[in-house]
Amino acid sequence: MTSSGSNTLSHWSTDRLLLWLLRGTATLAGAIVLLIVGFLVLEALPVLRHVGIGRFLTDPSWHPAEGLYNLTPMLWGTLFAMVGSVLIATPLGILSAVFCHYYAPLAVMRPYRKLIELLAGIPSVVYGFWGLVVLVPLIGSIHPPGPSLLAGIIILAMMILPTIALMADASFAHVPPQYVRGAAALGLSRWATIRGVVFPAAQSGLFTGVILETGRAIGETMAILMVCGNVVQTPHRLFDPMRTLTANIALEMAYAFGDHRAALFVSGLVLMGLIVALVAAADWISHGRIYG
Amino acid sequence: MDKTLERHRDGREWLVETLVWSAAALVTATFCWLLGDILWHGLNHLSWAFLTTPPRNAGREGGIGPILISTALILGVCLSVSLPIGVGTAVLLAEFTTDASLFGRLTRRSLDVLAGVPSIVFGLFGNAFFCKTLGLGFSILSGGLTLACMVLPILIRSTEEGFRAVPTEYRLSAAALGLSRTTTLFHLLLPAAVPGLLVGLMLGVGRAMAETAALIFTSGYVDRVPESLLDSGRALPLHIFDLSMNVPGGDAHAYASALVLVVLLLGINGTASWLAEHWLHRRIVTI
Repeated sequence: MTSSGSNTLSHWSTDRLLLWLLRGTATLAGAIVLLIVGFLVLEALPVLRHVGIGRFLTDPSWHPAEGLYNLTPMLWGTLFAMVGSVLIATPLGILSAVFCHYYAPLAVMRPYRKLIELLAGIPSVVYGFWGLVVLVPLIGSIHPPGPSLLAGIIILAMMILPTIALMADASFAHVPPQYVRGAAALGLSRWATIRGVVFPAAQSGLFTGVILETGRAIGETMAILMVCGNVVQTPHRLFDPMRTLTANIALEMAYAFGDHRAALFVSGLVLMGLIVALVAAADWISHGRIYG
Repeated sequence: MDKTLERHRDGREWLVETLVWSAAALVTATFCWLLGDILWHGLNHLSWAFLTTPPRNAGREGGIGPILISTALILGVCLSVSLPIGVGTAVLLAEFTTDASLFGRLTRRSLDVLAGVPSIVFGLFGNAFFCKTLGLGFSILSGGLTLACMVLPILIRSTEEGFRAVPTEYRLSAAALGLSRTTTLFHLLLPAAVPGLLVGLMLGVGRAMAETAALIFTSGYVDRVPESLLDSGRALPLHIFDLSMNVPGGDAHAYASALVLVVLLLGINGTASWLAEHWLHRRIVTI
């Protein structure tokens, strides 16, 4: 790459114009995040000012019409759905990448990888719709009512599985081949090689994958809105219906105004904060610990 | 080696192999179930008339003609805004900044965060900024602009890849010939980076077309053919959502619409991965 700045070759004035134009577009692209945070804060400010942050956790319930803004049931809903789906999708996704790289015959590997790539592109509303017409009645026949935390966890797990599977696949591909050959020369078995050599070498990629899937699980709206039942309550069992922060925004924005609307922007800010923390963690992992 | 130890080890190998194969089988089976279900129920209602006629009786009858038009218009707005900004940013990041520069690092970091922002938060932002502050209301324009913000990170990342795949000798030769950097960019680098740009474009279109949550409060629910970009228009994913959640008896047409959406996305993502595989890493001489 040629360097920028005081490049003696570029004294054309069009070059300078071009550079400023490009800087303009990049500034615009970079400023969108600030714009988003700015508008979330701006819209949330009224309620933060005269209700205060504490009451979002301590109010007796979520009844915005009566000025009660307890977000904790939704926070628990988001947390449970996220933890459950990540616990299911992570081992399955990593195993599926292991299958692709080290166990599958070539004839199976290619179509299998294509399938995973295909799944990464299926829209959330289609997952949600399938969950609604197939999964929810199925769960309902085992243990009513059907729309439940369990349905949400399963659908979310299906949605984030391609993310971790593709991430793990890519990080296995980056493991230096001499590591694997060295392990073979030492007479290690296939699984011993994977556990003792490949996993540690691909560690940072795997962790990044887990963080990315966690971000997707937190942010997912439509699918979870369609299968979880949306009752505002802290779920105590897997079969209880519940509502997440994202679903709450999608359900109530249509008719919210005043403080109620502002309270929804507060939950938007909470989501944004969670994502920023996750991106920072992913950044720290991928720069702090390089392979090996 | 000790016989018992070997048997123990073989047992574990066998166990792991079974586990890996059954995980793959479980994943395959679940997704074949999903896709098969959509295909099986969707095909029954799919016809040329379904694709071209307007919905009647809240979508239980009729087709999805106006909805496809709205979807295309939203995508059009999204791309015509995000393409210039995205390509400009990618060129700056790949050609005019070093990895260590502060501006480059800040932009990259902010795009990383943008890539992770949940779509419903984009919806909130779009509603507050485009609909309310800029006064565009519930419209195709608001929806398209919101999606443009959303697809920028994907677009920029692949386009940047495309520029990085162009060999350094191109730039050195151009500089040795005394070409200005503008000329080099437009006549040499840009044509050579087209594959990366196309991959980014396809992935961006795929993401935008699949989006629902960001559009509920920006482009709205109206299922008529929009008369201008300031009219509200319903996108295809939103139609599926509305039919399955708010319209009793809308499942049959929701299946057919879901099939249309999945097929469209398959085509788009398939093109993207084909381009990436066959074209991106080939050196192209255009002049």
